[in-house]
Amino acid sequence: MHNKTIREILNDLASGEYSSREITSSLLDRIKKLDPELNSFISLTEDQALAAADSADSARSRGEAKGLCGVPIAHKDIFCTKGVRTSAGSKMLDNFIAPYDATLVKNVADSGAVCLGKTNMDEFAMGSSNETSYYGPVKNPWDTDRVPGGSSGGSAAAVAARLVPGATATDTGGSIRQPASLCGVTGVKPTYGRVSRYGMIAFASSLDQAGPIARTAEDCALLLESMAGFDPMDSTCIDKQVPKYSESLTDSIKGLRIGLPKQYFNADINSEVGTLVDNALNELKNAGAELVEVDLPHADLAIPTYYVVAPAECSTNLSRYDGVRYGYRCEDPKDLKDLYCRSRSEAFGDEVKRRILVGTYVLSAGFYDAYYRQAQKIRRLVQQDYITAFEKADLIASPAALSTAFKFGEKTADPIQMYQEDLYTIPANLAGLPAMSMPCGLIEGLPIGMQFVGRQFEEARMLNAAHQYQMLTDWHTQSPSEYGSAK
Amino acid sequence: MEWEIVIGLEVHVQLKTNSKIFSGAAVDFGQEPNTNACAIDLALPGTLPVLNAEVTAMAVKFGLAVDAEISRRSVFERKNYFYPDLPKGYQTTQLDEPIVGKATIMLELEDGTEKAVRLHHAHLEEDAGKSLHEDFAGMSGIDLNRAGTALIEIVSEPDMRSSEEAVTFLKKIHSIVTYLDISDGEMSQGSLRCDANVSIRPMGQEELGTRAEIKNINSFRFVERAIAVEVERQIDVISDGGTVAQETRLYDADKNETRPMRSKEVANDYRYFPCPDLLPVELDDAYIQSLKDSLPELPDAKRKRFSQDYGLSKYDANLLTQERPLADYYELVADECKDSKLAANWVMGELSAQLNKEDIKISAAPLSAITLGQLITRVIDGTISGKQAKQLFELLWTEGGEVDQTIEAKGLKQVSDSGAIESMTDQVIADNSQQVENYRSAPEDKRKKMFGFFVGQVMKLSQGQANPAEVNKILKEKL
Repeated sequence: MHNKTIREILNDLASGEYSSREITSSLLDRIKKLDPELNSFISLTEDQALAAADSADSARSRGEAKGLCGVPIAHKDIFCTKGVRTSAGSKMLDNFIAPYDATLVKNVADSGAVCLGKTNMDEFAMGSSNETSYYGPVKNPWDTDRVPGGSSGGSAAAVAARLVPGATATDTGGSIRQPASLCGVTGVKPTYGRVSRYGMIAFASSLDQAGPIARTAEDCALLLESMAGFDPMDSTCIDKQVPKYSESLTDSIKGLRIGLPKQYFNADINSEVGTLVDNALNELKNAGAELVEVDLPHADLAIPTYYVVAPAECSTNLSRYDGVRYGYRCEDPKDLKDLYCRSRSEAFGDEVKRRILVGTYVLSAGFYDAYYRQAQKIRRLVQQDYITAFEKADLIASPAALSTAFKFGEKTADPIQMYQEDLYTIPANLAGLPAMSMPCGLIEGLPIGMQFVGRQFEEARMLNAAHQYQMLTDWHTQSPSEYGSAK
Repeated sequence: MEWEIVIGLEVHVQLKTNSKIFSGAAVDFGQEPNTNACAIDLALPGTLPVLNAEVTAMAVKFGLAVDAEISRRSVFERKNYFYPDLPKGYQTTQLDEPIVGKATIMLELEDGTEKAVRLHHAHLEEDAGKSLHEDFAGMSGIDLNRAGTALIEIVSEPDMRSSEEAVTFLKKIHSIVTYLDISDGEMSQGSLRCDANVSIRPMGQEELGTRAEIKNINSFRFVERAIAVEVERQIDVISDGGTVAQETRLYDADKNETRPMRSKEVANDYRYFPCPDLLPVELDDAYIQSLKDSLPELPDAKRKRFSQDYGLSKYDANLLTQERPLADYYELVADECKDSKLAANWVMGELSAQLNKEDIKISAAPLSAITLGQLITRVIDGTISGKQAKQLFELLWTEGGEVDQTIEAKGLKQVSDSGAIESMTDQVIADNSQQVENYRSAPEDKRKKMFGFFVGQVMKLSQGQANPAEVNKILKEKL
């Protein structure tokens, strides 16, 4: 049962092959058996899951099944879930039981999906390896000595290990696409404003966007349909009809122009990664797509820009964690300043502190113009690059990550090296564009992903091309041997 | 040395919205702590602000009322600092791109001269909560009911030269915002409070002196006293050879002194930057025009109209238009009784006295404007005398009821029937034959005084209900 995709589960539930309760219990058992090693979940919500499965089954028996009725999924532990601990991977919120549901959580529940639990993540989504989680790192199911990527490492690993067919995640600079690439699954970061951020714990407000991780583009389309939509509680959420992504997947891609940025396809590219992406692009070309070169002249400025904007926003977004109203509070503070300093010092991890410090610095009087204002200007140039490139191309392709999964501890000593992980993914966040990663090969038994970036709100075109690619290839069906169909 | 006083004011006006500026929580003064604070006001993880459209309209109305530039685009920024009653760790406010731009406000000073005070800008922001230090031994409580309440901060240029001018400015702002009905203007509840930037410089000097900022002054009287006492302090400091420190000071009304609030050796770095959770507020001309069309008559215009249409003196017109409810009340009274001067006398006299005595607002007056108008009408048509009118006013105030019914029920009607007065007059003449003799033999210039005696006797006989004019007329004939 655990090898079934969301589409297959929906078919099976419809035909009565098994009930939602059966697959829910089966996956919960699997999680309890395998996750102690993988550590992809922070919390399991077994009772709620079984109750939700039962009500999905009875809705189906009444002929009221809709959307994802009865499909087990997991939420990244960054989405507030009423009555359930919502930690954002931090000691700061280890004791925080959310009193409300994020809009995304409500939307997904309304579509009938059954949430099994909350997945592990880098602390406050700050990290590219899941090593900053207060709950310990997630292990990559393909090789448990290696990282799953981050920050949505828990969601990506859980899907790769067939613990759930799909999971929600968030992407601020690549936090969906990079772990999807490293875990051999498919992940979509939608257009900024496509999915409500209300109830999603903020890292960098102007970059954060929620999206799905699943094994196939089709499953991502189904999940995204249930997640997306206008929300009056989020001023940055766009009031625009959500297309039926799953219904345009089989469209022909004849004449689709795929842009290859010359800044990425050059001598600097990891040659094995480059070869796999080239192979994938050739498959698409054979299916009728055209490959064109595009220019993203400010691509090299994306990382430095991001590491000004994101820390600036996070430094103030995280000010609310002060030990006063909820979350961690230090023992016996001697005065107000002590309460603030020790609560925050004791509960935030090093990476979070580093980014708060950087963010505070770049917003300070005397530095604001040189850093923050300058970064905003470059951000507009990056956006403009894409507008120009999309005159020549309908999609832009590149690798999703620099290389396959690296080993624990390999990059923790050097934050700059860790930040380079997001080279290919950050520009889409800066420009607010939809992007996705899909498996396109294995290097020494480890998966690697190809990335598509689309025009604003053109998720459908991107998913269509990815689905067509997955119809022609079977990289997305590969599973880590320990966690595949055999086990 | 002669000193010139330089004052700039920052007036915080709490907007009279149903809900908070960025959340749906109710705005309601005096509730149990933390009952009007929702997830957003508590800054729970994941919550986001959404701008209350009512707030934008109110700020624009204020801008239009003072003929200010209205920004087609304004931006909310985060002002970052830690304080327990500031749940997010930043205040959402406006800095570089405020919603209301420059304007000039004309003040009418008591000596009749006019004074122009420039507005630097007015911006929208959220209020903080309150820290409660009294009720918890060794601890502080936090009440977040006020957190997120919408404020408009009106910032003047340092154009005022005396505490009187500052109070007049503040009164003017109070009058405008209450006319617009965008604030209840209740200073005692903190709905309108101000910070005063005060400095002094030798008369004639161009360069401004170092200013002290006096925080959170919450009554007109305190503004006047706080500025006066701060000016004295600064003169003393400088006269003693010292220098005024740029600092934030608190006015202590009990001791009538200002004292430093917190020593700030270095200016706080608030790290302002545009709030990424809120979109810039963009306004189009049609929206602004629709608000312009909805503006009520403002104090200046009303004052002019009262002078012209009702023939009131400048002083009366000014007094009657300072607060809109009073002006509205007056208009109803004047229109009902058709005698604008008599109406003004009653509203500013009997009515205002009664309101002051009971310390209530015009809106709580038990006597409606129409009723008062009808009462005055009965004075004008001679049904009741002035004295009876005051009695009637008292009765209506304390017991309620209709004018004509009460006149009837309490027998307050004055007697104008000439037959009845004639017979009373005859009786008085018959009962006082000696006085009649005296009167008739007295010279013309003495008679006037003596005549009053007979009027008094007739009035007494009629138990005060005879129409004095009629009594006069008939007595004259008979004597």
